[in-house]
Amino acid sequence: MNIQLPPYKLKVNNLQIMRSSREILSDISFEVNFGEALLLRGANGVGKTSLLMALAGYLHIGQGLIDWQKPIKKDDERDVYEDMFFISHLHAMKENLSLRENLKFWAEVNGSDSAIDDNKIMEALEKAGLAHGADFDALLLSQGQKKRLSLARLLVSRKPIWLLDEPTAALDSEGDKWVASIIDAHLDAGGLIIAATHLDLEMKKNKRIKTIILGVDK
Amino acid sequence: MKKYSPPKNINKSQTVKEMNWFDKLAHPGQFLKWSKYLILPLSLITIALFGIGLWFAFFNSPEDYQMGDTVRIMYIHVPNAWLSQFVYMAMAVSAIGTLVWRHPMADVSMKVAAPLGAAFTALALFTGSLWGRPTWGTYWEWDGRMTATLILLFMYLGLVALWRSFDDQLRAAKLIAVLTLVGAINIPIIKFSVDWWNTLHQPSIISAEGLSMPASIYTPLLVMMLAFTFLFVTLHLVGMRTEILKRKADALIRKSVSQTGNKGVGK
Amino acid sequence: MSFRAFTAIIKRDVKMAMRSFGDGLTLVLFFIMIGVIIPFAVGPNKVLLATIAPGVVWMAAFLSSLLAIDRFFRADFEDGSLLAMRHASISLSTIAFAKLIALWLTTILPLIFATPMLAMMLNMDYELFFRTILSLLVGTPALIAFGGIGAAITVSLKRGGLIAPVLILPLSIPILIFGISAIKTNAGVGVENTAVLFLLGISMLAMVFAPFAIALALKLDQE
Repeated sequence: MNIQLPPYKLKVNNLQIMRSSREILSDISFEVNFGEALLLRGANGVGKTSLLMALAGYLHIGQGLIDWQKPIKKDDERDVYEDMFFISHLHAMKENLSLRENLKFWAEVNGSDSAIDDNKIMEALEKAGLAHGADFDALLLSQGQKKRLSLARLLVSRKPIWLLDEPTAALDSEGDKWVASIIDAHLDAGGLIIAATHLDLEMKKNKRIKTIILGVDK
Repeated sequence: MKKYSPPKNINKSQTVKEMNWFDKLAHPGQFLKWSKYLILPLSLITIALFGIGLWFAFFNSPEDYQMGDTVRIMYIHVPNAWLSQFVYMAMAVSAIGTLVWRHPMADVSMKVAAPLGAAFTALALFTGSLWGRPTWGTYWEWDGRMTATLILLFMYLGLVALWRSFDDQLRAAKLIAVLTLVGAINIPIIKFSVDWWNTLHQPSIISAEGLSMPASIYTPLLVMMLAFTFLFVTLHLVGMRTEILKRKADALIRKSVSQTGNKGVGK
Repeated sequence: MSFRAFTAIIKRDVKMAMRSFGDGLTLVLFFIMIGVIIPFAVGPNKVLLATIAPGVVWMAAFLSSLLAIDRFFRADFEDGSLLAMRHASISLSTIAFAKLIALWLTTILPLIFATPMLAMMLNMDYELFFRTILSLLVGTPALIAFGGIGAAITVSLKRGGLIAPVLILPLSIPILIFGISAIKTNAGVGVENTAVLFLLGISMLAMVFAPFAIALALKLDQE
């Protein structure tokens, strides 16, 4: 492993998630290290998305602990949530902007280490298999292509933590492979991934993948 | 309740806390238990205060040398005008409770206070215009106070409407708390602007402010203000109890629905 | 880096508004039409129209901005942009501030450009016209800020477009009072300038504090 990203750790202990006074999940405990991916499995409605939302800091936690352990670095005041991507089923792309404009906007908003030039944007679009339509409006994209564009955000800004909610939904088998490859590369760089997915991601080194199945012990 | 010792470097965490006396008192279930014993004494105090106050107001206070018997409207009008502001204050305090401590009782208090505040404010406006007819010669005058009270009524009604627009009352509480506090910051600005506007356009209206009141008027007025305040406290308490019971019933219904739902899936 | 994110949000919103030109045009038409129907309501008396002109222009701006409130955050809320923005390199309140600036540029600025037309039809003289523009420039940021709070609170409601104006209107009355007083009063020359100062104060306070209220409401919306 060739660590290029800030090494984060996540410890979740005895977590209970309440949404509108209803218990969604309880007694969730796990640990994830940098360079590791955690896959969340379970039937629909079991609380995978809610768990990801809680990890992303959206939800107020009833009980328990979500502890994002930050790499110690002097004069680093960054919020953990800034070092995080949450790719949900909502694509956050504007239909009357071109693919290039959409991606550039998110690169600028999310921040990136280097200057944001068109080459970098085009490179990401190319990897996502969308380069040929870079200047078309996002309106013309299919669901799968929108998902690819949404995932291409991961490539233009480097953030160590990826929270992915069904990253391969609506993708074809080529897409599945591409997602697996970017996940693999991210783990290589010392990133941390938590993904809710039904697909078996084929990895070069399977030992980096942990899986928990939600909602079975009840 | 589960307990555990949290790791040393806690970054983002919520831990299970011991219940202190306040949490115990303010726990919805406990609240239902102890508040039950308060309703009767509070009602009795309210009735007694109204009895004394109304007797003073109608039979044992002087007529005004200019306004005659109509001055007695004041004994209803002023307490309602006071409550129109007091209830908003109570709501703003509850809103802080909702946002800072996320306490469900604060939500309930805020929700129940809104229609009560609207009712007291409407009464203040109604009695004000009844009083205005003989003294100003018109039911409605764009006087600074009446205008500001009217705006306050719209704010209350807006909040009541907003409560009704949300299905999820927990989410509603937090968002409405934000609006309530924004409104609380705005009330002095509204008051100031309306007064300023009023002096600009109608410098001739003389307000009753600054007139010294004899004790014979002051005492019944004070008693009536107390009576109305106790009325509010009583109604607020009863309203909160009703709301908590309603939420418990809703939770039970939701629970039974979700259980039958699970059976359907075949777990 | 942070400033780049800040300007990116303004640039994107302005760009999108310019591409979907129809929305902006509708708002300007609405604004002008209010001015046009007033003479039908009160009669075409030029002296009367000039007297009520400041009030009409402010009412038109008021109603147009209320009409636009619902759009403020809805698209970004529904397509997940607001969620993604919580991981941006700037805080959500800074983003809210950027959105308020973009909103002012895309909804209010076109109205101010359309004001000369209303001024002509309502028989304003030059002094009145310039004071109206000044008053709108100083007062409308507060209008947008309050509108933003209303929009953020109702963004998760399907029928938010109906209730947000009702919530915001009472809070906005001071803006209307000082806005119109800043144009013309019968109470002496100094009063107009005092009103401009009050208006400026409200606008500045609103633009400083509204982003925090908006960010808080948007976070609570997503819980």
